[in-house]
Amino acid sequence: MSVTIYIPREATALSLGAHAVARALSDEAARRKESVQVVRTGSRGLFWLEPLVEVQTGEGRIAYGPVQAADIPSLFAAGFLKGGKHALNLGAVESIPYLKNQERLTCGRLGVIDPVSLDDYRAHGGYEGLKNALAMEPAAIVKAVTDSGLRGRGGAAFPTGIKWKTVHDAPGPQKYIVCNADEGDSGTFSDRLLMEGDPFCLIEGMTIAGLAVGATRGYIYLRCEYPHAHDTMTQAIASAYAGGYLGPDVTGSGRAFDLQLRLGAGAYICGEETSLLESLEGRRGQIRFKPPLPALKGLFGCPTVVNNVISFASVPIILQRGAQFYRDYGMGRSRGSLPIQLAGNIARGGLVERAFGVSLRELLYDYGGGTRSGRPIRAVQVGGPLGAYWPESKFDTPLDYEAFAAGGGMLGHGGIVVFDDTVDMAAQARYAMEFCAIESCGKCTPCRIGSTRGVEVIDRLVAGDRAAMQQTLLRDLCDTMLNGSLCALGGLTPYPVLSAIDYFPEDFSKAAALEAATR
Amino acid sequence: MQSIAEQDLGTPKRQSAKQVTLNVDGRQVTVPAGTSVLRAAAEAGLSIPKLCATDTLEAFGSCRMCLVQVEGMKGFPASCTTPVAEGMKVTTQNEKIANIRRGVMELYISDHPLDCLTCPANGHCELQDMAGAVGLREVRYGYSGANHLDAPKDESNPYFTFDASKCIVCSRCVRACDEQQGTLALTIQGRGFDSTVSASQAESFLESECVSCGACITACPTATLSEKSLIKAGQAEHSIITTCAYCGVGCSFRAEMQGEEVVRMVPNKDGHANHGHSCVKGRFAIGYATHPDRITKPMIRASISDPWKEVSWEEAIAHSASELRRIQKKYGRDSIGGITSSRCTNEETFLVQKLVRAGFGNNNVDTCARVCHSPTGYGLKQTIGESAGTQDFDSVMDADVIMVIGANPTDGHPVFASQMKRRLRQGAKLIVADPRRIDLVRTPHIEAAYHLQLKPGTNVALLNSLAHVVVTEGLVREEFVRARCEPEAFEKWRAFVAEDRNSPEAMEAVTGVPAANVRAAARMYATAGNGAIYYGLGVTEHSQGSTAVMGIANLAMATANIGRSGVGVNPLRGQNNVQGSCDMGSFPHEYPGYRHVSDNAVRTQFEQAWQVKLLAEPGLRIPNMFEAALDGEFKALYIQGEDIVQSDPNTQHVTAALTAMECIIVQDLFLNETAKFAHVFLPGSSFLEKDGTFTNAERRISPVRKVMRSKSGYADWEITQLLSNAMGLPMNYQHASEIMDEIARLTPTFTGVSFEKLERLGSIQWPCNDQHPEGTPTMHVDTFVRGKGRFLVTEYVPTREKVNTKYPLILTTGRILSQYNVGAQTRRTENSTWHDEDRVEIHPHDAEERGIKADDWVGIQSRAGETVLRARITSRVQPGVIYTTFHFPESGANVITTDNSDWATNCPEYKVTAVQVTRVTQPSAWQRRYQEFDREQQTLLDAATQPKQPVKAVSPTG
Repeated sequence: MSVTIYIPREATALSLGAHAVARALSDEAARRKESVQVVRTGSRGLFWLEPLVEVQTGEGRIAYGPVQAADIPSLFAAGFLKGGKHALNLGAVESIPYLKNQERLTCGRLGVIDPVSLDDYRAHGGYEGLKNALAMEPAAIVKAVTDSGLRGRGGAAFPTGIKWKTVHDAPGPQKYIVCNADEGDSGTFSDRLLMEGDPFCLIEGMTIAGLAVGATRGYIYLRCEYPHAHDTMTQAIASAYAGGYLGPDVTGSGRAFDLQLRLGAGAYICGEETSLLESLEGRRGQIRFKPPLPALKGLFGCPTVVNNVISFASVPIILQRGAQFYRDYGMGRSRGSLPIQLAGNIARGGLVERAFGVSLRELLYDYGGGTRSGRPIRAVQVGGPLGAYWPESKFDTPLDYEAFAAGGGMLGHGGIVVFDDTVDMAAQARYAMEFCAIESCGKCTPCRIGSTRGVEVIDRLVAGDRAAMQQTLLRDLCDTMLNGSLCALGGLTPYPVLSAIDYFPEDFSKAAALEAATR
Repeated sequence: MQSIAEQDLGTPKRQSAKQVTLNVDGRQVTVPAGTSVLRAAAEAGLSIPKLCATDTLEAFGSCRMCLVQVEGMKGFPASCTTPVAEGMKVTTQNEKIANIRRGVMELYISDHPLDCLTCPANGHCELQDMAGAVGLREVRYGYSGANHLDAPKDESNPYFTFDASKCIVCSRCVRACDEQQGTLALTIQGRGFDSTVSASQAESFLESECVSCGACITACPTATLSEKSLIKAGQAEHSIITTCAYCGVGCSFRAEMQGEEVVRMVPNKDGHANHGHSCVKGRFAIGYATHPDRITKPMIRASISDPWKEVSWEEAIAHSASELRRIQKKYGRDSIGGITSSRCTNEETFLVQKLVRAGFGNNNVDTCARVCHSPTGYGLKQTIGESAGTQDFDSVMDADVIMVIGANPTDGHPVFASQMKRRLRQGAKLIVADPRRIDLVRTPHIEAAYHLQLKPGTNVALLNSLAHVVVTEGLVREEFVRARCEPEAFEKWRAFVAEDRNSPEAMEAVTGVPAANVRAAARMYATAGNGAIYYGLGVTEHSQGSTAVMGIANLAMATANIGRSGVGVNPLRGQNNVQGSCDMGSFPHEYPGYRHVSDNAVRTQFEQAWQVKLLAEPGLRIPNMFEAALDGEFKALYIQGEDIVQSDPNTQHVTAALTAMECIIVQDLFLNETAKFAHVFLPGSSFLEKDGTFTNAERRISPVRKVMRSKSGYADWEITQLLSNAMGLPMNYQHASEIMDEIARLTPTFTGVSFEKLERLGSIQWPCNDQHPEGTPTMHVDTFVRGKGRFLVTEYVPTREKVNTKYPLILTTGRILSQYNVGAQTRRTENSTWHDEDRVEIHPHDAEERGIKADDWVGIQSRAGETVLRARITSRVQPGVIYTTFHFPESGANVITTDNSDWATNCPEYKVTAVQVTRVTQPSAWQRRYQEFDREQQTLLDAATQPKQPVKAVSPTG
C-alpha cells in the first residue's frame, strides 16, 4: 500500500530545500521500491521546522523536521514511512504545542491540503460557506459578516460588514470585488501563506462577497514578488472555473462571478487601496483622495469592495459555521482570530493564529521562544513598517485593536518584528523615514519631501549637529506628516520615528554623549 | 501662471438643483451641492491657502495647504477635496492649522530656488504668495539636503520653457493636459522625492506628444512653465480681452500688454467658446503681427512687372478710386468687383459689400466662404431655413453619439476638439466618416466605435445608405417628423432613400465602407440618445457638397436630432469670421442676413438706408469673375484680406485671370501670392490693431478689441471708408460700433446686437433680437426657422473627376494643427518648427508599387497641373488615396486641383482630384516658374521698401 507523504511547496520551505527533499525522497523510495505518494502542500507556518515532512500513518500525520535531502536515507532506515523513531521525529503534527495551542479559524487548512486540489478543499469543508451563502439573500450575507464582528485584516480594521453594506446599498449596474494581495509590510506573510496553501478559501470568500453586494467581477491584486502565490492562485482560479465555482453560473445558481488575477509592479504604495485601484486601472500607482470612498466610487468609478486576503479568507468559515461561532472568539470589539506573523530576531518564527486577547508577551516568548540570538528582546515593531516600536514595558498589551491604539501602536496586518538589545533605534527611526522616502508615491508634499528631510534631520540629530533644534524640527516634521499627509504612509511614518525617540532616547544622543565624555 | 486679471476659486463650479448652506469661520454661505469647502469659502470671501487647486481643474488634494478643520470630522481634511454638507461648520484658520501649513511650506521652500527677484513669476507666483500667506520666516532644514535646484531647463519648445528646478510637482500641468487638452502628453515620472514632470516618455517638450496648447502654462502656479515672451519682457501691466483671429472656434483671449507690446496671449477663463483653453496658434502664433514682412505703407505700380512705389494714403486711395471709375467707364458698370475677407471683422466685411453694392453699383461681391462652406449656407437654408450651425459648442457635452463627417477637429478646430474629447472620455460614442484615419479615430482614452473610411467623393452615397437604414429599420422618429416637417417632402425622401440602390449593401461598392458598419453606425446615431453631427470641408468641398449638407440635415430631422442641446447639425467653420462674412452679405446674391437681392422689400430697405439704387440681379461669384476676366469683361478687383492665388483651385487658371485684369487692389498685411499680381497694395491691420467683431462657427459674435495702434495707420474698415468716399459713396463712421449699429438696423437676426451689449454679455449668439434679447444657443427649438423642415431628395451623382489608368489615385487635401490655411500668418511664426513643408501622404502599397520611399520627391500630376512634394509613407490614408496640405505657396497643391465645383454654389472640389504620382528628382515646371516669379516680385517689393538702394535689373537668379 502506498504511503502518502506531505511536503510543502510554499516559498519558505522551498528556500530551505523542500524541493530537494521531495526529489531525494522520491529517488530513495524508488531505489527502495517503496510505494509513496508525495503531496505538495502549503506550509503550516512553523518556519523553524521547515522543510516539515509529514507522513500519513494509522496514528495520523507524523511530522519530521527540519528535514534536509541528506536526511532522507536515514529517515527511510528509521522506518519513517510508518512513523518510525528518528532524531527529526516531532510526533503527531497536531500535537506540536506551537500548532496545538492555536485557534486556526481562517488558516485551518494550511499545510493540510493540496492547495490546488478542489476535491481536497471540498473534503476539508471548502465551499460549505458558499453553499450556505447561495441559499441566503444578499442582505443576509452582509448581516452575517457584520454580526461576526470581522474587521479588515489588512491593517485599518474597518468593520467588513459595514463596508459590504455600503457597496450593497450603492446603486450601479456594475460593482467589483477587489482583493488586496499586495502584502508589503515588513515581517508579514499570512496572505502569502494563505494563497500558497489554501487559495480556494480566498476564491470562496471573494465569491461570497460578490453574492453579498451584487458584484459579478473580482480582481486579485497580487504583488509580483510572490511568484509561488501567483502560480498557486492561477492554478486554483483555473480549477475553480473548470469546476463551475467561477464564471457565469456559479455552481448552477444562475449567479455570475468572474475572477482575474493581476500582478503589481513592485510599489509598496499600491497596497493602499486607492493606489491599488489606480494601478488596477492601468494608471500610475498614486493615492486618490477620499471621499468618494471606493465602496461608492472604486474600480473604474464603480462601487467596489476592497478587502485584504485574510479578510476574504475569513468569510467562508463565518458563512459555514455562522456569525456567532466566529464572534465567540476574541475580546472587546476585536472579534474572531488574527493570524499573527512572528519575524525578525525570533527563535520560532512563523504563523500563529489566535483569537484576539492573547498578549504580546505570550506570542513573543511562549510561541516565539525569545530571540534567535538568545539575547534579551529590546523592542518589537507590530503592524509593519509604520507600526510603533515598543519596549518590553508594553508586552502585556493584549492583541486588541483598541488596546493597541490606546498604547500608541497598531495591530495592522498582524506582523511582529523582534529586535534584541544590539539594535540601534536611531538607525531604525532613520529607516522608517527612508522607507517612506523610497515608497512614497510622491503625490502629497508632507510625504514626498518630508520623508527625505526626515532622514537628513535624523542624521544631523544623531551626529549631534545642533541636536536640540534638530529634535524640535523632527517633532515638527512628524506633526506635519501626521496631520498633513494624504494617506497612511506619510501619516503613520511618524509612529516608528517618535516611538523610537520616546522609548529609546539614549540611542539618539550617542554622539552628544561621546562629545561630552571626551570634552 | 494664470492671467494677471483672473480670480481663482480653487475648484470648478458645480451645477446642482440642491443648495447647501454651511458655516465657514462664522459666515453662512450657500452653494450648490457638490461644491468643495475650498470654493464655498472663496465664495464667502475667505481665502484658504492652496497650491495644487485651481478652478479650471478637478480637485487633486496633493499640496496639503488647504487643510481645514470641520466639526465632527477627525483630523485636517483638505478643503479642496471635501464636499460641502448641510450645516457643516468649518474652521479655516487657527494656530494648529497654521502650524501644519507652515510646516508644509517649509518643506516646499527647502527644495526651491530662492531667486524670486529675478524669477519670471516674481510677484505673480502662487508659491511666493502662499509662503507669505502662511508666514514662513525660516527654513530650518537648510539647503544642503537633497534638492532639485540643478535640474535642467527644457527650452526645446519655441514658445515656452520648462524649468524643473522651480517645479513643486503639484501636477496641475499634468491634469491640464489630461482634463483640458486631452492629449495626455504629460505625466509624473519617478516616485517620492524623485517625482518629476515628464513629457511623454522623458522626452523634450518639443519631441514629445505635446501639442503646445499652453494649458499647462496657465495651470502652473510657479515659473516652471513660462512663456519665453514673458521671460523676456516681464509681466504685463494691463490686459485687454479680445477674440482670436485664427479658426472658427473663436477663442476669447486676454492680450496681456506692456504699453502697445503684447507680452503674451492668455485664454480667457470666461470665454464662452473656449472656457479658458487655447491652441498653439491662438496662444502663441501672433508673431506675424509684428513680422518684418508686414507692409505698412501703401504702394502702387502700373504693371506687375514694375517695381512697387510707396505712396501716401491720399495718393493710393485717389489712384484706386480713379482706376476703378476709369475701368467702369471703359468696360461697364459690372467690370469691377470686390472680395470680402473671412479674417476681417463683421464690420469690415459689411462695409466692403456695401461699397460694392452701393458704390460700385453692382453685386459683384464674393468671399472665401465660396471655397469652403458655401454649400453649408445653401444646404441648411434649403432644409432647415438658416445658413448656420444649430448649436453652441457646449451642446457637445450633452451628446451621446457624436458623428464627425469630413472634419479633423484636433487639427482644424483644436480647442473645440478638446471639449469634444472631454465628452468622449465621459463615455459618448464616436462615429467618424473620413477617408483618412484622423487622430480622433484613436487617441488617448478615445476610440471611434466606427470609422467609416469612405472613398473621397462618396459622401452622398454614404449619407443615403445611413438614411436607408434609418428609414427601413423603423428608426425614423415619426412623431417629430409629423409635427415638425413638410409631410410630402418627407414621403418623397423616404421613398427615395428606401430604394434598394441606396442600401448600405448596394452602396458598399461605391463608398468602400462595409455595409455592416454603415448599418451599425446608423442604428447607433439614431437610437443611442442625443446624436450630434459635426462636419467640415470634407463634406462641402465636393461636386455634391450642397447635396451632402442636405443629406446631413435630412438625417438629423428624421432622427429628431435637432432642436435641443446635445444634438444638431454643426458645421465646423474654417476661418475666424467665415460665419460672419457670410452673415454680412458677402455673397453676390444675398444681403446681410441671407436675404436675396431680388427680394423687393429687403432691397428697398437697403436702398433707403444707403440712399442709392441697388441692383436686383445677383452679381458674379469668384469663379465667374475669373471666367469673365479671361473673357475680357471683368477688369478690376478690390480684395480685402484674401489670397485667392494660393487658396483657390487650379492656380494657373486663377493667375491667368488676374493677369488679364487692369487693376487689382490688394488690402492685406503681407505681399501675399495674390498681391504679386496686384497694382495697388493697401496695408491692412492685424486683429490686434482694430475694434470690431468676429462670428464663430456657433454663431457667436465676439468682440475684437484694439490693443495697439495700427501699423499702417488705419483699420481695414477705415481704408474701405476712404475708398468709398473717394468713389463718391459717402461713409462717415467714427467707430466700428457705428457700423454694427447699422448692421443691427438692417438685419433682423442682429437687431439686438450692439457693442454695448457685447461689453455686458461678453459674446452673443445670433439670432439676437426682441425674441432672443441675449442671443440663441440652440436654434430650431420649437419650429424650424423656415417653418416646417424640408426633406430633400439627395440623389448620388458621382464626380466627373474620375480615376483612370493615367490618373489612378485620388488626391484629397486637409489641414494641420500648427499651420493655418494659406499660412500667411503661421508661416511667419515659430509654428513652422512643427511643419515647415507640405508633404504628400501615400499608402505603403501605392508607394511600393511606384518605388517611392519616405522623403522621396514625388511628382503629382493631375488633369490641371503638376507639382512636386516630398513623400510621407503612412497607412493613415487608404490605398488609392493620397493626401496633402496647402500651407506653403511653393507646394502648389492648388496647381493640381481642378475647376470642378459644387453644383449649387461653385464651391471647389478640393477634396477629389484624380492624380498620378511618380518619383522625381526636381521641382515641377510650375514650381520653377513660381520660384522665379517670387524672386522677381520680391525684388520689385524691395524697390519700394528700400528706396535708397539702386533698383537692380530683374535677374532670374535673384
